[in-house]
Amino acid sequence: MFKKTIIAAALSLIAITASAADPIRIGSVLSVSGPAAFLGDPELKTLQLYVEKINAEGGVLGRKLELVHYDDGSEASKANSFAKRLIESDKVDILIGGTTTGATMAIAPLVERASLPFISLAGAVVVIDPVKKWVFKTPHTDRMAAEKVFEDMKKRGISKVGLLSETSGFGASGRKETQAVAAKYGITLVADETYGPKDTDITAQLTRIKNTAGVQAVFVFGLGQGPAVVTKNYGQLGMTSVPMYQSHGVASDEYLKLSGKAADGVRLPTPSLLIANALPAGDAQKAIVTGYDKSYRDRFKVEPSTFGGYALDALNLSVDAIKRAGSTDREKVRAALESTKGFVGTTGVFNMSATDHMGLDLSAFRMVEVKNGDWQLVK
Amino acid sequence: MLAQFLQFLYSGMTVGSAYALAALGFTIIYNTSGVINFAQGEFIMLGGMLAALLSAGGVPLPLAIIAAVLVTGVVGLVMEKAVIEPAQNAQVVTLIIITIGASLTIRGLVQIAFGKGTHSLAAFSGDTPIQFLGASLLPQSLWVLGVTLAIVAALAWFFGRTLLGKAMLATSHNKLAAQLVGINTRRVLLLSFGLAALLGALGGILVAPITYTSYDAGIMLGLKGFVAAVLGGLGGGVGAIAGGLILGIAEAMTAGYISSSYKDAVPFVLILLILFFMPRGLFGAKVSERV
Repeated sequence: MFKKTIIAAALSLIAITASAADPIRIGSVLSVSGPAAFLGDPELKTLQLYVEKINAEGGVLGRKLELVHYDDGSEASKANSFAKRLIESDKVDILIGGTTTGATMAIAPLVERASLPFISLAGAVVVIDPVKKWVFKTPHTDRMAAEKVFEDMKKRGISKVGLLSETSGFGASGRKETQAVAAKYGITLVADETYGPKDTDITAQLTRIKNTAGVQAVFVFGLGQGPAVVTKNYGQLGMTSVPMYQSHGVASDEYLKLSGKAADGVRLPTPSLLIANALPAGDAQKAIVTGYDKSYRDRFKVEPSTFGGYALDALNLSVDAIKRAGSTDREKVRAALESTKGFVGTTGVFNMSATDHMGLDLSAFRMVEVKNGDWQLVK
Repeated sequence: MLAQFLQFLYSGMTVGSAYALAALGFTIIYNTSGVINFAQGEFIMLGGMLAALLSAGGVPLPLAIIAAVLVTGVVGLVMEKAVIEPAQNAQVVTLIIITIGASLTIRGLVQIAFGKGTHSLAAFSGDTPIQFLGASLLPQSLWVLGVTLAIVAALAWFFGRTLLGKAMLATSHNKLAAQLVGINTRRVLLLSFGLAALLGALGGILVAPITYTSYDAGIMLGLKGFVAAVLGGLGGGVGAIAGGLILGIAEAMTAGYISSSYKDAVPFVLILLILFFMPRGLFGAKVSERV
C-alpha cells in the first residue's frame, strides 16, 4: 500500500512538473552568417543570453522559455522557409527576427496567414507602414534618423545641406527618406552625391560638395567603413569649418577608432545604448542600457551593439505581453503587444497602438557630438 | 578650377596606385602559368590585416610590416604547393576556378580567426595633408606611389638581370624549351606565387592607412586590379602601372566632373572598350599565333 502511494505520488509529481515545464517556445530567424552577419550575430547572442537569464530567474508565468533558432544566411528566401518550419513543425508561440528588411517582408505574409505575433528587427518603414495586424518592430526607422538630424540643423540655423549617401541598401533608403522629409524642416538639399560601400577615396565627391554654392552642412548616410573614409577625406580637404552630420549607421565605437581625430565635431543621432555611461542618472533608460551593456560585456568580452539591443527589446516586449495576456494565446498576446504603453527598452520608450506597431518617437534618438575621440550628448 | 582638377587627379592617383599594385601580382602569375589568380585580392587583404592586427597588438610598425609580408609570402607558397601543384596537368580554366576556391577559403579563415570588424593602420608619416597648388594630398599617397614605382624598377632588374628572373621569363615564353635547358619550371611556378603574394601583401599594407582593411577588403581591390591588369595587357610592370593609374584617374574624374553615380560603371565601360578595340590591352605584345 505504502509502496503504491509512493509510486502514485511520484507519478503525479512527474505529471505536474511535466506540465509546469512545458516551455514557451520563442522562434527566431536571424542572419547570423552572410553579409548581414554583423547585425544577426549580436542579435542571436543577446537572445541566447537573456533567455538563459529569464529562465534562471524562474521563467515566465512559471514556464521556461525555449529559443528555437534558425540562421537564414542573409537570404530572404531561406528566412521564408525557416519561418514556415517554425510555424508548422516547431509550433512556436511568438516569432522574433527578420534581421533585414528583405527577410522580414518574406516572413510577414506567413505570420499574417498563421495568426502568429511577430516582432521584426529590421529598419525600414515598409515593415509597419501600412500596419499589418500581426507584425511589430523594435528598431528606429531611417526616416526618424533624418528627422532628428534636420531638427538639430534647424536649431543651428542651417538650411542648405549637401547630401552624401552610400549606394548600399541602407544608404539608398536613407537618401530617399532624407529627400522626403527635408521640406518639412525647411531644408534644401543643394548637393546629392553618392559613394560605393567599398570606396577607398571619396575626395572627388567631397570636392564637388565643397564647391557647391551656399552649403552650410554635410549629411552623410552610410554604414561601416565608408563614412570613416568620408570623415578622413573631409579633414584632408580642410572642410571641417562646415559641420558634418552622420546617420545612426556609424553609431559604434569602431567609427571613432577608424576616423580618429578627423571625427571631432561630427554630430549624429544615436540610440541611448551607445552613450550608456554618459546618460544622466535620472534618465528612464539608464538602468536598462547600463544593465545590458554590462551583461553583454561580461559574457562576450565585446561591446554590445544597437542591433543586439533591438533583439533584447523584442524579447522583453514579448515577455511583457505574454505576462499581461496571462497566457500564450496568440490573439491575447497580440492585443497585449498592441496596447504596450510606456515600455522602457534599450532603443527607446515604446507606446504601441493599433495604428503604430513600432511605438517610438524622435526622443528615442539622442543627438551626440564627437569630442576628443568620445561621444558627448548635445543638449 | 586648377585646384579642383588637381584634387581629382590626386584622388585618382592614390586609388590608381593601389589598383596598380594588385595588377602587378596578377601579371606575374599570369606570365609564368597563364593562370589568372583570383586569390590575389586575398593576398592584399592578408598583408593589410596582419600588419594592422600586429601593430594594434603592440608590435612596432616596421616589424609588423615585415612579418605581415613574410607570412603572406608563405601563404602564397603553401597555396601553390597545396592546391595548384596537385592539379598541375589540369586545364588553365580549372586552375583559375581553383584559385577562386582558394580565395574563398582564405577569406573565410580570416573572418573566423580575426572577425568581421574593420581595422586601421597608422599612416607611415603622419596624417597632415600636404597642400600643393590649392589641392591637398595625404603623405601616405606619396608612399603608395613611390613604393609602387620602386617595385616596378626592382622587378625590371629582377627579370632582366638575375638568372632566376630570366629563368622565370623563359618559362613564360616556352615552358617545354625552358625545361629542356634545365630550368625547374615547377619551382618557377612556386616562386611566382610567392612573389605575387609578397607584392600583394606590400600593396595591402601601403593602402591600409588610407582605405582601412577588413576580411572582405580583397574582393574589390582584386576585381579592380584584374581590370587594371587587363587594361595594361597582362604583359609587364609598365602595363600594370599604366592600367591601374588610368582606371583610378578615370574613376575620380567621372565622380568629379560627371556624377558619382556613374563612377562604378567606369571600369566596366573601359574593359568593354579595350576588349572591343584592343583585345591585347594597351601595352600587350603583338603575338602572332602559329597555325
